[in-house]
Amino acid sequence: MDIFLQQLINGLTLGSIYGLIAIGYTMVFGIIGMVNFAHGDVFMVSTFTALIAFLLLTTVLGITSIFLVLAIVLVVAMAFTGLVSWSIERVAYRPLRGSFRLAPMISAIGMSILLSNFVQVAQGPRNKALPPILPDVIVVWDSGSYQVTLAYKQILIMVVTAVLLFGFWWLVQKTPLGRAQRACEQDRKMAALLGVDVDRTISLTFIIGAALAAVAGVLYLSYYGVVNFADGFVPGVKAFTAAVLGGIGSLPGAVIGGLLIGLIETFWSAYFSIEYKDVAAFSILAITLVFMPQGLLGRPEVEKV
Amino acid sequence: MAVGPVSASAPGPVAAALKDAVISAALTALLLVPLVGLRATEQGGGPLILTTRFGLVAIFGLIVGVLRFVLLLTIWHPARAKPGRTGPALFNGLGDRLAPVLKPAFFGILLVYPLLAVLGSGGLGPSRYWVDLGIYILTYVMLGWGLNIVVGLAGLLDLGYVAFYAVGAYTFALLSTSIPVSDFFAGALGADFWKAWSFWVCLPISGILAALWGVILGFPVLRLRGDYLAIVTLAFGEIIRLVLINWVDLTNGGAGISSIPPITFFGIPFTNSDGGFASLFGLTFDPMHRNIFLYFVILALAALTALATVRLRRMPVGRAWEALREDEIACRSLGINTTLTKLTAFSIGAMFGGFAGAFFAVRIRFVSPESFTFMESAVILAIVVLGGMGSQMGVAMSAILLIGGMEMLRNLTFLKSPWLLGPDFDPSLYRMLIFGFAMVAVMAWRPRGLVSGRLATIFLKHRKKVSGDLVAEGHG
Repeated sequence: MDIFLQQLINGLTLGSIYGLIAIGYTMVFGIIGMVNFAHGDVFMVSTFTALIAFLLLTTVLGITSIFLVLAIVLVVAMAFTGLVSWSIERVAYRPLRGSFRLAPMISAIGMSILLSNFVQVAQGPRNKALPPILPDVIVVWDSGSYQVTLAYKQILIMVVTAVLLFGFWWLVQKTPLGRAQRACEQDRKMAALLGVDVDRTISLTFIIGAALAAVAGVLYLSYYGVVNFADGFVPGVKAFTAAVLGGIGSLPGAVIGGLLIGLIETFWSAYFSIEYKDVAAFSILAITLVFMPQGLLGRPEVEKV
Repeated sequence: MAVGPVSASAPGPVAAALKDAVISAALTALLLVPLVGLRATEQGGGPLILTTRFGLVAIFGLIVGVLRFVLLLTIWHPARAKPGRTGPALFNGLGDRLAPVLKPAFFGILLVYPLLAVLGSGGLGPSRYWVDLGIYILTYVMLGWGLNIVVGLAGLLDLGYVAFYAVGAYTFALLSTSIPVSDFFAGALGADFWKAWSFWVCLPISGILAALWGVILGFPVLRLRGDYLAIVTLAFGEIIRLVLINWVDLTNGGAGISSIPPITFFGIPFTNSDGGFASLFGLTFDPMHRNIFLYFVILALAALTALATVRLRRMPVGRAWEALREDEIACRSLGINTTLTKLTAFSIGAMFGGFAGAFFAVRIRFVSPESFTFMESAVILAIVVLGGMGSQMGVAMSAILLIGGMEMLRNLTFLKSPWLLGPDFDPSLYRMLIFGFAMVAVMAWRPRGLVSGRLATIFLKHRKKVSGDLVAEGHG
């Protein structure tokens, strides 16, 4: 019971991070129907941006309040990652609209390789570690032999995720931008005919997805304290798994899928084998796509001729 | 870099181009400041410190700005007439004239390449580097041709091709080092049989097992649409690699399998003993004999792949692949069993990957999961994409260009001079960076490939661009 509770807390924390990344996949897929393969690496870029900003604020500018630092890092990482994602869309994806079927996917794979190797060249291949941020924990339950703890940063991650998801939901449901987005999702040509600026909407979708990935990146950095140029790949695939599991194109699905993947991963590590945890995630991806391609909350795909 | 089209009517082309160039330069600099301008540097065991390189950012910004300015006034100039490029080839006229002699010349050069290497470097010993480079490149040519069947002909984006390469390599590595198998053959056919013949027995087995894995993995997933298929094959590739790492009892985990028996000249070992290759053919012993033989083995395997592909393209199944690539719905409505057709392409591609894997294991004589990462799949895919999906010569050329070119870059010592890139400049670091950039650039500018374009193998009356060129999004 005590281990179960601890794993539940850890799983929800990890799941929040996956969910935030998964939204980027699912939004882009919903609006232009492509798997943005580079999204995982955009997330990795955001972790490095956060690391650099953190170092800049603490060592160069000498700010000591950790919450102020984290808030500034969050804003900087979101803005910069949004800019990166916007540029990627302009350079690598927009010229390919109307090209053959596999072109955007291949371009995205190229972009993913480009980003991770760019960071490797620019920042070096070694792990970059930070001193622990917010190391304090609350003991939630003490069974004598085992203490179930809830770290401050886990609370931070869940609160930030919840607040941002609410803000994001409001953006999509209640604002003109969200309306334009949903219109483009349903029928891009028709939306354009009715005066929606499709290019701008797609650009903004990429920026919002990247900003959410940047939030995940800042939280990931503060949770693990270590970043590496190759860190985009596995979290990226897992977040994509989350998006597929929840039903690609569905926003609540992405969050639920993210939490599920986070829980499955932590429970698998705790009760089965930690070596095969990535195998478990990859297998879920394959099984979901083969047997339930519409996911938990997605609409079944209708192929139009 | 990423700014919209410039209208010619506004303040005049030069002013507009200048404005555009300044914006691009500023944007590039802004994008580079956090990750290039600042660097989190390790210092001993202590905490990270920030070092700055703003000069580098300024240089990159300037390069982009100047490049964009020049391009806007020349190639992208709004008033400039578009050159009437009709065909897909890079140099049309030249290509048409050279085409008939190109393939025989290409294979001729490949056949005499070891001889040229020996003569050019002055002896068997010094030619080692060049022969090894030839083997290395040809392995990628073969892998490219194998993946070309899947990606180029059938239009299935396979991101886990390296899994089949791994299956082939591990099949050979496990069987050739297995003591029970060796004992079994020792009892039946003599003590040295398995050591001498293991590669030749295992080569077909590796291919067949890889093809079998292709069928097992492919059968459930080939109904998926293109990009889902790509992700699932990626997942399978990673699963196989993780199993190879973690199933220590069978594969020896991350430490890999070593002491794989070397290749033999159809049972005759390349040793300095009496029964060896050198003494049997009356030559003085030289370890290079084995390398040259390896070169011809991979050349034969690659030629087999090419030949099989050419023949398959003319068979009904090959035509079905090409049709499938262009329009799946049309295929289905014409009664082609799409799953079965895809499965044949997938497993035949996998089989050639398996052959290449067995060859890899016998050449290096050591296999470990590290050789079969996603990056390896990405390199092979980059070769196919840059060469032009579906084109044999294109894929071969791009393998030579990418793999050989990168190797040559390593030899350019003048790049390491202090005023250019510095003495610790390592081109291999930039290899994947360039591959990634090239994939994006080729998709944007020449989606049919740098070297060559794909055309339908069969055609009515005259050969023309395939419909896929003209198909808009949302179709096929």
